[in-house]
Amino acid sequence: MSQQSVIKTGATLAVIAAICTTLVAATYQVTRERIVANEKALLEQALQPALAGVFYEGGVSESRLVVLPPHGLPGNDTALIYRVYAQDKPVAALFAVTARDGFSGVIRILVGVEFDGTITGVRILQHRETPGLGDKIESARSDWIFQFDGRSIGDPEVTGWAIRNDGGEFDQLTGASVTPRAVIGAVRDTLLYFNEHRDEIFAAEATEDSK
Amino acid sequence: MTSGGFFERLQMGLWEDNPGLVQLLGLCPLLAVTTTLVNGLGLGVATLVVLACSNALVSATRRWIRQEIRIPIYVLIIASLVTCIELIFKAWFPALDRSLGIFIPLIVTNCAIVARAEIFASRNPVGASIADGIGMGLGFALLLMAIGAFRELVGQASILSGFDMLIGGEPFAGFSFADSGLLLAILPPGAFFALALAVALKNSLDHRRRRERR
Repeated sequence: MSQQSVIKTGATLAVIAAICTTLVAATYQVTRERIVANEKALLEQALQPALAGVFYEGGVSESRLVVLPPHGLPGNDTALIYRVYAQDKPVAALFAVTARDGFSGVIRILVGVEFDGTITGVRILQHRETPGLGDKIESARSDWIFQFDGRSIGDPEVTGWAIRNDGGEFDQLTGASVTPRAVIGAVRDTLLYFNEHRDEIFAAEATEDSK
Repeated sequence: MTSGGFFERLQMGLWEDNPGLVQLLGLCPLLAVTTTLVNGLGLGVATLVVLACSNALVSATRRWIRQEIRIPIYVLIIASLVTCIELIFKAWFPALDRSLGIFIPLIVTNCAIVARAEIFASRNPVGASIADGIGMGLGFALLLMAIGAFRELVGQASILSGFDMLIGGEPFAGFSFADSGLLLAILPPGAFFALALAVALKNSLDHRRRRERR
């Protein structure tokens, strides 16, 4: 290729690239708001089950608090806390925390706690436990996860937050004891953290999106 | 290859030269997402739109594109179109987008699309290229839907599950005929069996037609 044709070829590529980029940018502009709204709706929908029976105003996702490690919450990851209010009074908080002592990989857990420290609901967000055994922690696979509803520190006492085999008050899962232990421990530690830091949690400003 | 009329092009894509049944192109998405009719329909329509638009653009620019850079240009055009389709799905069909997952962006790698750009659109006028894109896209989409419907019927004993992903509203579990189906149909081998049956069916129909004509 002569030098002139190289320049011409390069220019053609540049023009086509510019046209394609414009096309993508225009589509992005048109769809951006809807996509953000969809993602928010999905998040709200995912958070909902852990807030069963709680009356609150406004959305859940705006009040997100990002807690960087080290913190007293389970797992050594960044934890998320969502807070809900009614008439400017704190009603409940949602914790997205991690349990690292499961059977395989981390278990991501959503814990909903009412202002008085009672659990409104617990859900598993993500896990890699054994199918057929440990995966019964999912609400879709068994009722096991519902036994936390309405419990708090004091019901039972801290020492009772364990499976029955270990002298606690919670059911185990047939064939899996490591998984329930990890979940129960994470829920207990979340409650302890909530009881200790409750006022700080509800007073803190929502964390801005880093975008 | 001559351009021919619109209906001839349509017939080529739908039957004679069907990208899935005859050319056996784009098998990765074809085998991966056809677990239900709705999934097949979603990916089929997305592929159809990308194919028709990429054929139109490649054909419209064919006089200015030098031989040496045609492949990067095809890739640029197809990748941009797929990104647009992905954004549109995320905005208007979020549930379907989650269900199809990585296979929407992976339309870029569907060799059926590059093949049509190279074989047809780069050598034919815009109108014929669009007709070719629609024909090939429809042929691919209908095959995806047929295999999806077959696997859903046999594997789950239901049809149209997840229809809410297209029109919104309450989650819809589909019309169910029995409690459970033949699990194998839903698993990956089921996709190969279903495709093999489809190819065999087409070949036997062609064979019979040829014999009658003789």
